[in-house]
Amino acid sequence: MPRVGLFITCVNDALFPETPKAVVAVLERLGYEVDFPAAQTCCGQMHANSGYKDDAARLARSFERVFEPYDAVVTPSGSCAAMTRDQYPHLTGSTIGRRVYELSEFLIDVARVEDVGARFPHTVTYHPTCHGTRALGLGDKPLRLLRAVRDIDLVDLPAADQCCGFGGTFALKNSEVSSAMLADKCRHAADTGAEYLAAADNSCLTHIGGGISRSGGPRPIHYAEILASAA
Amino acid sequence: MSTDARIVPAASLIPADAPFPKAAKVALGMPQLRKNLAHATGTIRAKRANVAGELDDWERLRDTASAIKADVQHRLPELAIEFERNATAAGATVHWARDAQEANEIAARIVREAGADEVVKVKSMATQEIELNEHFEAHGLKAFETDLAELIVQLAEDKPSHILVPAIHYNRTQIRDIFTQSMGDAPSGLTDEPAALAEAARLHLRRRFLSAKVAVSGANFAVAETGSLVVVESEGNGRMCLTMPETLISIVGLEKLLPRFGDLEVFMQLLPRSSTGERMNPYTSVWTGSREGDGPRDVHVILLDNGRTGVLADEVGRQALSCIRCSACLNVCPVYERTGGHAYGHVYPGPIGAILAPQLEPGRHDDLPYASSLCGACYEVCPVKINIPEVLVHLRQQGPHEAGEKAAMGAAKAVMARPRLWRAALKAARFGSMPWRRKGFLRRLPWPGSRWTVSRDLPVPPKEDFRDWWKERQR
Amino acid sequence: MSGAREEILARMRRALEGAGEAPVPPREYRRALDAGVDITAMLIDRLVDYKANVHHGLASIPAALAGAKRVVVPADLPAEWRLGGAEFVADEGLSTADLDGMDAVLTGCAAAVAVSGTIMLDTGAAQGRRAITLVPDHHVVVVRAEQIVGHLAEALPMLDRTAPQTWISGPSATSDIELQRVEGVHGPRRLKVVLL
Repeated sequence: MPRVGLFITCVNDALFPETPKAVVAVLERLGYEVDFPAAQTCCGQMHANSGYKDDAARLARSFERVFEPYDAVVTPSGSCAAMTRDQYPHLTGSTIGRRVYELSEFLIDVARVEDVGARFPHTVTYHPTCHGTRALGLGDKPLRLLRAVRDIDLVDLPAADQCCGFGGTFALKNSEVSSAMLADKCRHAADTGAEYLAAADNSCLTHIGGGISRSGGPRPIHYAEILASAA
Repeated sequence: MSTDARIVPAASLIPADAPFPKAAKVALGMPQLRKNLAHATGTIRAKRANVAGELDDWERLRDTASAIKADVQHRLPELAIEFERNATAAGATVHWARDAQEANEIAARIVREAGADEVVKVKSMATQEIELNEHFEAHGLKAFETDLAELIVQLAEDKPSHILVPAIHYNRTQIRDIFTQSMGDAPSGLTDEPAALAEAARLHLRRRFLSAKVAVSGANFAVAETGSLVVVESEGNGRMCLTMPETLISIVGLEKLLPRFGDLEVFMQLLPRSSTGERMNPYTSVWTGSREGDGPRDVHVILLDNGRTGVLADEVGRQALSCIRCSACLNVCPVYERTGGHAYGHVYPGPIGAILAPQLEPGRHDDLPYASSLCGACYEVCPVKINIPEVLVHLRQQGPHEAGEKAAMGAAKAVMARPRLWRAALKAARFGSMPWRRKGFLRRLPWPGSRWTVSRDLPVPPKEDFRDWWKERQR
Repeated sequence: MSGAREEILARMRRALEGAGEAPVPPREYRRALDAGVDITAMLIDRLVDYKANVHHGLASIPAALAGAKRVVVPADLPAEWRLGGAEFVADEGLSTADLDGMDAVLTGCAAAVAVSGTIMLDTGAAQGRRAITLVPDHHVVVVRAEQIVGHLAEALPMLDRTAPQTWISGPSATSDIELQRVEGVHGPRRLKVVLL
């Protein structure tokens, strides 16, 4: 059994404890022993993508130190996983990103399971988040896991591949364009009539959820929480 | 059916020198513009995806094109000299221009030496970049655009808003109105049927094509091995300009070089499918110097630097010079789709503009690398695999930062770099947000948080965090 | 003048200092269609898709030229192609005005690419200079069976590389209005292809 370290991400650390709890539940259900190194903080993506290379490198080195002992690092964020894989080599020369897996990658490519034994009797629509889909190349891995969930009713999200407009500090620096993108995403989500909107990144879900909280629509949920729901 | 509403040039409404967020805000407030853009980009996205999907070796073609362009960049001096030698041997006169001013002056001199005071033009991004029309105008020469979209923009006294379709921000009815108002010989009772509009443009330009003495073009490719230039087009206006006049001036960015004629087998599969979503564009013209009894006798090529060698010097940024101006990145960009091209304040808008403009004119477009959510849709469709998100981030890291933001980022880093401080900060946030815990979210924050809460609520930290839960279960 | 040339070359060389070796481009893409593909059928399909008309055999030339009274032809057009009741005018330096007075042009071609429905002209045999296939509004082009290839990569070696070339895929068209393709702008608005 590989030694698995859990990277919960700074967003989940601050706002969404249920998601990393769900990751622990799913991995343990499959027989993995998971460790949470408490010295973890942030992968440095906000700094890197906002143009603060040195700050980002500092955080990258700290990430590398904390997760160095593990054979595999699992994280419920396509965006943070992509950060370690795409940007760390340029920032610090580290290749630790090769051992960092977004949850669905770990389940499908390493654990080789699609049916994690979950049941979720609800209608769900899925938003493929940009960094997970394009930078990390997740493809339909999270969807394959969701399709194997019992009693789930998956409905297609119109214009699913369109960005929700989050983009980290883009949402602040270009607030108006970001809001226009968000409005379209929320409308499409509401049009599905689904109860839940699932995605592989809580940062994007914070953004979409923040819009839906005003305009109405499905409840945002990290897909790990669906996978963790007991059969 | 005809409206008398005067078409107001879109570019005149969007402040050209305003920072992107401000200009974008104006564009977002123009519902017709947004509708036109969404319709046009949606149409072309579907067409591109279809014809790209027809080729089972699409990804291999992209890999090759990307590598050929990287090779060109590495060997630019030798390829430029090889092109010059072969074009000259075939009867062309090759000029070199360090900047826009020099290119414009060379072109104007050639026009005068040909005894002309006007030129017909093939659509060319390079001539827009150097503002050739404006230079000619200021020196008593007149340039007539002949590409339909360029003609529309010129008649509307507007500015182009897209690399491929400069009038993408107008719909058919607006185009009809522009023709009716500004094209002296527009047929009476002109409808807004695209075929009727195309016919009106044909009649308007035909006499001019058949009598023009000088034409100005750009080039899509310049083949070093043969000294040939290639122009890719649809309407036949390009063929007219490249064939009928006696003098032809082509202004060609240095990055347009290709090593070999055979490389066209790669690029001519990628370009039409990525730009107009066609298997092949209606017309491609290839010419090498001049040829007795066929086409212009006096053939000039102006090789243009105008900032390109500066871009070449940046190891990460230089991939922007691989661009073949297909505009696929504009068409898939969620930001471009909502703002259009004018908001970018540069002739190269959209994702490619956001990495090219700040490099071609250092210090002038530092806001553009931020005009992206880094969603990566541009990289996915780019036929030459320019990693636009990578260059955007790279340019953000090179560019200047606002002092307040810098301080905030520094403070965040200081906290995040120290696990104990980070845990304390999380605790403080949980404590501080207690009053909103029951409601679960914040609706209104003071600036700069208001930039978030303008359209979205912000969740508040939960009572118990993951760390507490983890500690509890470890016992 | 030469100052600009030397300065630009110097700028390039400076920019590339330490840039290392140029990468060798991989060449793993297709250069031909799969064996067994009916390239003539594909060519017809693609021509029709882009609104060109397709005729079969020399005997169909009069039908392809229907409506044209005066037809310009390259001086070396095979005599056996000059069929039907039109007046055939050989181009021996016709003026632009003369060309503008022609109803149609009849030529051969250098190659035809099935996958994209592209007819290639390189001013070689039976093709004439570029202006004659541009000014008249109606172009009839004869394609011999051996000139048809499946893939663009097979067609390029068939061209005279440094001769003026025109690659034609359907009649003149534009996508400039709402990005929808509309046929018929400045080039010939009717393209008819006669397959031999």
